[in-house]
Amino acid sequence: MTVIDRTYPIEQIRADFPILSKSFKGKPLVYLDSTASAMKPSQVINEESRVYEEEYANIHRGVYYLSAKATERYEQSRKTVQKFLGAKHAREIIFTRNTTESINLVASSYGRKFLREGDEIVITGLEHHSNIVPWQFLVEEKGVVLKVVPVEEDGSISLEKYAALLTPRTKIVAAAHISNVLGTILPVAEMIRLAHDVGAKVLLDGAQAVMHQAVDVQELDIDFYAFSGHKLYGPTGIGVLYGKEELLNAMPPYQGGGDMIASVSFEKTTYAPLPAKFEAGTPAIAQAAGLAAAVDYVTSIGLDRIRAHEDELLAYATTRLNQLEGLRIIGTATKKAAVVSFVLDYAHPHDIAQIFDSAGVSIRAGHHCAQPLMTHFKIPATARASFGMYNTKAEIDALVAAVRKVEEMFR
Amino acid sequence: MSDDLRDLYQEVILDHGRHPRNKHTLEHASHLAHGENPLCGDKLIVYVKLSPDNVIEEVSFEGQGCAISTASASLMTEVMVGKSLAEAEKLFGNFHALATGEGETDITGLEDDMDRLEVLAGVRDYPVRVKCATLAWHTLSAALHDQQKVSTE
Ligand SMILES: Cc1ncc(COP(=O)(O)O)c(C=O)c1O
Repeated sequence: MTVIDRTYPIEQIRADFPILSKSFKGKPLVYLDSTASAMKPSQVINEESRVYEEEYANIHRGVYYLSAKATERYEQSRKTVQKFLGAKHAREIIFTRNTTESINLVASSYGRKFLREGDEIVITGLEHHSNIVPWQFLVEEKGVVLKVVPVEEDGSISLEKYAALLTPRTKIVAAAHISNVLGTILPVAEMIRLAHDVGAKVLLDGAQAVMHQAVDVQELDIDFYAFSGHKLYGPTGIGVLYGKEELLNAMPPYQGGGDMIASVSFEKTTYAPLPAKFEAGTPAIAQAAGLAAAVDYVTSIGLDRIRAHEDELLAYATTRLNQLEGLRIIGTATKKAAVVSFVLDYAHPHDIAQIFDSAGVSIRAGHHCAQPLMTHFKIPATARASFGMYNTKAEIDALVAAVRKVEEMFR
Repeated sequence: MSDDLRDLYQEVILDHGRHPRNKHTLEHASHLAHGENPLCGDKLIVYVKLSPDNVIEEVSFEGQGCAISTASASLMTEVMVGKSLAEAEKLFGNFHALATGEGETDITGLEDDMDRLEVLAGVRDYPVRVKCATLAWHTLSAALHDQQKVSTE
């Protein structure tokens, strides 16, 4: 039972996000698509501009004051993320472009070096394309075998079925921490333990998890963790890969170029130590600062309180939507984050999203980059509403009113 | 309801969306193609039966889609019957122009058909939905050109 937090500063939070008070086509914004990308608070927007206005230059190697300042801010952002994930060392935090790049980095670098023909990778049936396709590259290139844990009817993952797929040949388990379509929170602690029992490494796709709950990579003994800044109320263009130091050290570089080398000659190049080895080229400098500001922002409110607020929204939305005839929620696992996918038996998701838009309610319709999951549920697409730290019950009422509008038109 | 939404979802579209015409397989199809809109995952198959002298005798479709794509497919199966390959090509070009608001139009001889299809012109103002409206048409064109697959991406 969640205790209702009457002190949750919803008004203050909404005021922090400038876009939330704007109107579009004469209607106030009801933004229910934070799962795709979250809005940004002024704290993030201002920090990114502050870097450009006050301490911007290319980082590393600069002798002059500004470059040193920019480098310092960049490395400080890394420490902020280190603390956020509970990592042992800042050098275990690699800045990437997004979750997609983080996963590709591991598949490409770790996968190419350590996987052999006949080795097995285990993923689940609810993965985002970005946690499927990079592994398929290894299937093609190396003859690695990809095994998929089936999704249960309620959208959960069965630990027994998962355990049954693990063998001594399993080298990598790659799974979403939270599903972007169903909201399912996977039993990652047990999954990690079982994977480690057969000697496999575990990559968790945390794209949908870090904004909903606190993650401690050491406590969970996670090998690799990936997430994107833009879904955590931070900037686009910056993402994170956490990796255990000994694993990252054993891995070859992902891309070659500037910043990732110790010394270069035409005969032989030696690579820089972590984290620079994996950060070739000029990184997203101001965005790294913006990401740190986003982490500071959510931690200042408190992820526990955010989670409680979102759980309340989820429960309210689930109850209200379940009262509507002809509506079916896809994904009803008991452990669920604030994502509601649904279908209507009288209207296609695309039409739903269109009518919603005319009511000022922004939701997503489609396969949500999870086509195998759609195939599993035998539906072409879903309509999906997702809730972030700034959403309110009044917005869920607007969502329900929008469904009624669709009903009026299509039923 | 707002007027612009009514422009998009005219009664004819809602009707064809709910009760699509010629939505079934075609046993003796001479041509068929699969179409897919990867953006939304919609998939359909268009079947055509050509007469020996290359006139479209029958068109049908199968698959799942939104009201716009279903209505467009349904209307297409009706207007295409009796067309020669050249006429079908021309109608496709004109429909494409109608849906996108771009391209040459010469509707001589096709005035009645274009009148019927006018209900789909509303998609023009919704760039994301243009692909819904044109999917069946691209798929028919692929079928007639003996391509197996088409994607509107
Ligand atoms: C579960 C999950 N994994 C990966 C991604 C990819 O994130 P990005 O596009 O930021 O790389 C997403 C984004 O939708 C996601 O929801």
